[in-house]
Amino acid sequence: MIENVDLVLVNWSRAQFALTAMYHWLFVPLTLGLSFILAIMETIYVRTGNEEWKRLTRFWMTLFGINFAIGIATGIILEFEFGTNWSNYSWFVGDIFGAPLAVEGILAFFLESTFVAVMFFGWNKVSKKFHLTSTWLVAIGASLSALWILVANAWMQNPVGMIFNPETARNEMVSFWAVLFNPVAVDKFLHTISSGFLLGSMFVLGISSWFLIRKREELMARRSILIAGVFGLLSSLMVAYTGDASTRTISKVQPVKFASMEALFEGKSNAGLVAVGVLKDTDKKIGERVVKEFAFKIEIPGLLSVLTGGDKDAYVQGITDHVLGNEKRGIMSVSEKMQKGQFAKDVLMDYKRARMINDKEQLKSIKGIFRDKEFHDKYFRYFGYSSIDKPEDVIPNVPVSFYSFHLMVILGFLFIMIFATALYFLFKGSLSDNRWFLWIALLSIPLPYVASELGWILTEMGRQPWIIQDLMPVSAAVSQINSGSVITTFILFAVLFTALLISEISIMVKQVKTGPRH
Amino acid sequence: MTTMILHLFLQHYWWIIVSLLGSLLVFLMFVQGGQSMIYSLPKSDLQKTMIVNAMGRKWEFTFTTLVTFGGAFFASFPLFYATSFGGAYWVWIAILFSFTIQAIAYEFRSKPDNIFGQKTFDVFLFLNGSLGPFLIGAAVATFFTGSQFSLNRMNQVQWATAWYGLEALLNIRNLALGFTVLFLARINGLLYIINTIDDEDLIKESGKKLILNSIPFLLFFLFFVISLLFSKGFAADPATGIVTVEKFKYLHNFVQMPLVLIIFLTGVVGVLYGIGISVLRNSEKGIWFSGAGTVLAVFSLFLVAGFNGTSFYPSSYDLQSSLTIRNASSSLFTLKTMMYVSFIIPFVFAYIWYAWKAINNTKITENEMKSDGHVY
Ligand code: HDD
Ligand code: HEM
Ligand code: HEM
Repeated sequence: MIENVDLVLVNWSRAQFALTAMYHWLFVPLTLGLSFILAIMETIYVRTGNEEWKRLTRFWMTLFGINFAIGIATGIILEFEFGTNWSNYSWFVGDIFGAPLAVEGILAFFLESTFVAVMFFGWNKVSKKFHLTSTWLVAIGASLSALWILVANAWMQNPVGMIFNPETARNEMVSFWAVLFNPVAVDKFLHTISSGFLLGSMFVLGISSWFLIRKREELMARRSILIAGVFGLLSSLMVAYTGDASTRTISKVQPVKFASMEALFEGKSNAGLVAVGVLKDTDKKIGERVVKEFAFKIEIPGLLSVLTGGDKDAYVQGITDHVLGNEKRGIMSVSEKMQKGQFAKDVLMDYKRARMINDKEQLKSIKGIFRDKEFHDKYFRYFGYSSIDKPEDVIPNVPVSFYSFHLMVILGFLFIMIFATALYFLFKGSLSDNRWFLWIALLSIPLPYVASELGWILTEMGRQPWIIQDLMPVSAAVSQINSGSVITTFILFAVLFTALLISEISIMVKQVKTGPRH
Repeated sequence: MTTMILHLFLQHYWWIIVSLLGSLLVFLMFVQGGQSMIYSLPKSDLQKTMIVNAMGRKWEFTFTTLVTFGGAFFASFPLFYATSFGGAYWVWIAILFSFTIQAIAYEFRSKPDNIFGQKTFDVFLFLNGSLGPFLIGAAVATFFTGSQFSLNRMNQVQWATAWYGLEALLNIRNLALGFTVLFLARINGLLYIINTIDDEDLIKESGKKLILNSIPFLLFFLFFVISLLFSKGFAADPATGIVTVEKFKYLHNFVQMPLVLIIFLTGVVGVLYGIGISVLRNSEKGIWFSGAGTVLAVFSLFLVAGFNGTSFYPSSYDLQSSLTIRNASSSLFTLKTMMYVSFIIPFVFAYIWYAWKAINNTKITENEMKSDGHVY
């Protein structure tokens, strides 16, 4: 599509997007989780009329406000980056992708920003009920905004509900509902918001534990731990459940990502589930890519086959199957997909030629071809393969996918244990006696952040080289600007965001140390 | 045939929505206008705190309107989004940068241990306050003056200068609109201060500043409008889509769309009336007139840029690459779906109105600034 790909430009554009997205994601999950925790706490205040609960709500609300502002600051960059750095992408899919972004603004961001103002400034100005409603609306608004952006992201992982229009050279939406109820979108939304709830709970649990360690504000701390423990336990169970659902969906819609998450190069029956493993190079190769194997692993035999296929003998597809093809299992090779993609592209070029000489008959007939479902399913869906050079280029970075996935899962189970333990000690009344646990809870605050970032790294890097699965490689999506500009903005954002992050952490720590107001 | 008419209707409908969001944004930039005066207007720290808090309670609306403006443009005219953002890279990055530093400045400035000190965050507010409106004004002026880009047959943008948008700042008409928007934002900021802050001194000072800002505003505004009326414009033939340069195009647009002209004139009168009653009659209601006037005037300028067979994002480098609301829009299906979504907008306005009233019903006072509430 692009005549000559400037790899420096592509890589810096990727780096810039990754940087800004990952910074944004440092703040978003806390907004998602803490907003609900605030709403729950304030509900208790309004129900009981107990001023202590109000004080407690306001304490957490201060921390919320600091985080919220920086979430917004980083978000606006992302929104416009689709245009500034991925303009070819924005045109190719803008018809579909732009819609959720616009809906997000109209439906969710206004809700959030309107009622957040009431939440902060309305304490003595509006009625208790109105204030409480506002707090709930902020929480709902935050989750709604997550919904729309995740619908957009899910579409990139699994493009549905569109046809290609050769006239404008882009995809056009034909079913809004198909886009909204994309199975990937459903999984992604549930997994992501529950992981935000989990993170918010760990934040509250950890900070409250610090108060107990310091023997300050013990009533407030215990009450906060009650809320965070219950909410956190429920969300961490939901995270595990929805994570499992995501895994199953991926095994169907992004089998290469799935195989690289499991580091499964050769497909097999009776495949075991690797719980912990370390990878090393072998001397085998697929094309130019080195095949990895486990230097060490702890494995539950047969479980992967059972989980994906229903029984031990089920065949789990490996990376090799997808790259080289496996006729016996009915898996198409990448070279074949490259031919099919090239065919679709040739038809498009015929269209462009016909347009130049204005051959009406020809234009009409080719337009018809693109509307034909069979052409779409057999050829057009492999359109992006026309820009792939070598079959092995469709393999993402396997160690990155494998380690990020496995570390996230391990942490997920750890969190379930931490929340369960906190509740156990709380109900036994022995929280303050078990200082080791309070320390664990405090030191665990960063862990959900790590898990959460790993989740995105898996999602986004696991789909490489695609920006839109099978339709458009990242290298074709990039804006044609000079790489120097992108390098400069990368540095600008890196410096600015890092400075803001440091400032934020310092302010937060100070506010926590100051404690709730009397 | 009917689907073509429907598509055409929706393209106009969406241009109206985008124009409305754009004009609301210009009005809401009174927040930026206020920020640009935090060094020159207040006489004491307390006055400064009051100004910052008056603006600080509204900054998110402006911000969110900007975000939604971008999102709506992406959804309805994706080719514009791809072309302008991906080409005029540096102008947009500068705008974004100035809004990023604003978003944290309010929340962080007066918090203890913020590392960089209140001074830094106040500089952020000032930078956003001055650069934001100016750059947005200059960027929107390219709707009339044209940019240097070409599109290939896959509709991918190639910018023709190595300045990636910054070259727009060499055009005196772009600069004029930039300064117009900046001074308008400052005028609206002053009127808003007069309306919401309970401090006699500050109100008096704002009245004086109002006159000082109105003079450059009028000069830049008149220069821009007159040059617009006499300038060449970019006409797109509705039948073939071929773009040509037409003399007095925008003048023709005003004449051929008298309703738009009426909206424009009403808007201008509104702004002047708002300024007038504040200066002459010490009224605190000026913001209502000048705010509504701003919305109407900007709205009509957007309509003149896009309607009546005009290219709203012309390329002076490769005329036929110019964007019109027809060739840059989303598909019929998307525009239709989005139209249903847009029906929610009145409800959004309604609750914003309700919530604003709920917190604005008492003025900002000295006492409140010293209370233990959420003070920036
Ligand atoms: C799962 C949730 C989620 C995800 C994946 C993203 N965001 Fe986000 N975003 C939010 C959840 C969120 C939020 C919770 O709604 C924020 C964070 C803090 C806040 O104030 O709102 C927000 C703020 C926020 C804002 C400021 C909104 C305002 O004016 O109030 C913008 C423009 C974006 N985001 C845009 C994006 C883009 C373009 C993303 C994708 C690349 C993205 N966000 C990923
Ligand atoms: C906030 C959560 C998100 C995080 C942490 C995140 C993370 C990342 C990372 C790490 C990359 C770089 C991948 C690479 O270079 O190999 C990336 C790229 C990208 N992501 Fe995301 N992402 C997030 C949300 C989204 C969403 C919601 C979308 C779309 C709606 C999206 C679209 C993209 C695009 C367009 C790229 C650039 C192309 C690429 O390099 O793959 N991201 N993201
Ligand atoms: C408990 C076991 C877990 C499993 C089985 C699991 C599974 C997954 C899978 C398969 C993905 C990739 C989805 C995709 O590529 O579309 C993913 C993504 C993600 N995970 Fe997890 N996960 C678990 C725990 C966690 C935890 C503890 C967190 C954070 C607190 C977390 C946060 C995320 C995030 C933010 C994403 C990116 C959004 C998405 O694509 O859904 N996960 N997870």
